[in-house]
Amino acid sequence: MRVFVILSALVVILFGASLLIGPAGFGPAESLRALLGEQGDAVTLVMREIRLPRAILGVMVGISLGLSGAALQGYLRNPLAEPGLIGVSGSAALGAVIALQTGVAASFALALPLAALTGALIAVFLILALAGPRGGSLTLILAGIAISALAGALTSLALNLSPNPFAVSEIIFWMMGSLADRSFTHVWLALPFMAVGWVLLARLGRGLDALTLGEDAAEALGIRLDRLRLMLVLGVAASVGAATAVAGAIGFVGLVVPHMLRPFVGARPGALLWASALGGAAMVLAADIAVRLVLPDRDLQLGVLMAIVGAPLFLHLIYKTRRQL
Amino acid sequence: MVVFAVAGLLLAAATGLASAQADEPAAVPPQRVVSMNLCTDQLAMMLAARGQLISVSDLAADPDTSPMHEQGRNYPANHGGAEEIYLLRPDLVVAGTYSDPTVVAMLRRLGIRVAQLDIVRTLDEVPERLATMGALLGRQDAAAAQIADFDAALAALSAPPDGPRAAFYFPNGYTLGTGTLSHDILTTAGYRHIADELGRSASGRLALELLIIADPEFVITSSPYPGASRSEALLEHPAFAAVVGARGAFISSNDWICGTPLVLNALRDLVEARE
Repeated sequence: MRVFVILSALVVILFGASLLIGPAGFGPAESLRALLGEQGDAVTLVMREIRLPRAILGVMVGISLGLSGAALQGYLRNPLAEPGLIGVSGSAALGAVIALQTGVAASFALALPLAALTGALIAVFLILALAGPRGGSLTLILAGIAISALAGALTSLALNLSPNPFAVSEIIFWMMGSLADRSFTHVWLALPFMAVGWVLLARLGRGLDALTLGEDAAEALGIRLDRLRLMLVLGVAASVGAATAVAGAIGFVGLVVPHMLRPFVGARPGALLWASALGGAAMVLAADIAVRLVLPDRDLQLGVLMAIVGAPLFLHLIYKTRRQL
Repeated sequence: MVVFAVAGLLLAAATGLASAQADEPAAVPPQRVVSMNLCTDQLAMMLAARGQLISVSDLAADPDTSPMHEQGRNYPANHGGAEEIYLLRPDLVVAGTYSDPTVVAMLRRLGIRVAQLDIVRTLDEVPERLATMGALLGRQDAAAAQIADFDAALAALSAPPDGPRAAFYFPNGYTLGTGTLSHDILTTAGYRHIADELGRSASGRLALELLIIADPEFVITSSPYPGASRSEALLEHPAFAAVVGARGAFISSNDWICGTPLVLNALRDLVEARE
């Protein structure tokens, strides 16, 4: 309970900070008045149409990635499982890029998140089929490398083939992710899919707790493993797919957050789910604030920061689990 | 101090002389001229004698970037490679200052004369480029006629600086500074450029927030390319739409790109947009 309060407070504080930090510097009082007050002037426009959707998306993307990471790790009973590292985000980005470059995304509103979801779905299926129910580290990581590399290469190809001269330079966005200059259009586009994903993943708690005792014990406790697996696949695909469609592939959130919070929730995968959702939101908000403070004039990608924090941790985890490898 | 200033002036005069000599008309005008830059393409097409210009860059025929694309289609295109340009056996290659330096160096090593024309940063420099190209091609009379027309038209289009406050805003939030030809076109048409208020002499990214706070009355942007990009999606942001307002953004045409007499069309469009 204390963890819940602390994490919630952290998210609220970072959400507020995200609203107050930006290139056009105005004071907290003025910002709040513009946000809540009457419509019309320029400050109101900046607060409501630029900073608010950016902060909301930060929370949404963070919840999606944190929750997905915790759920995948709980199901595979492997701390190395993470949507970015096993290629789910990369495949979602590929789906989104194909939808954008073929013009399907322009034909109807939900085409973009649907295409990203499809990409993510294919990757999760592949990973679970290859890694098996126990999720051996070696197969998991090798399959992840292969899927990420293929998705990344095809994303680059699709962007290179685009008639648009700006597309090629956006390879970095799709591989690293950013929340810059997003609007409420993107919030509304992603929210329904994410919400479905969150509900599916949040309901896995009891099953994941039971699974720590082993498959047989879990089935004896009345957990239907095939159903659990289906909910996991759909939940991860929906939330990661929608997050990637609007913010690009942001890696390492789902790795770092559950790892940091596991000791605080008594290593129970079920409790780790909501903790990681809140922790993910805090982490993405913090990273998004940092990219604005470090290089305010450049479009520094979120994934750069996440990798600087996450990659050393990943190496540390590999070092710790290398005996299983 | 004075001594230094005088020395500087002398130096400037000396280098001015040197570059003037470089532009001296050749005894025999070149007969096989190749242009490898969008802007030198336009100047060369305007001034060259029949048959003198044998190839222009591939961009010259591209309707998105070249205002003379119909004319550009009449010339064989080159893609700026040293090998293909050498095989055209040119006696003069005209290029921009920022044309691929390895290609320029290689052509010079192969004994081909390459003249590089600098980017135009103010409207005053347009007659200078016309004169330079005229001298290079041995077409001084044609250049003089174009210069006279340009000066007369420019004087007629210049407006007092009491127009709307305007901003350039392109994909990726790229905006133009005060040291650019576009700034000079804008201010000559009587608009007040927000880059002056913000003290931005260099071009670069301007956060959408800062554009909104600057609150320009008139926004100039570019037309979207085919295909999708996140860079251009910024121009569909609801906050950008709110700044642009109901009248919509002014789309800059390809007349704005190069410092040739075609910038007069850009100027004319702006003057009309004010009315």
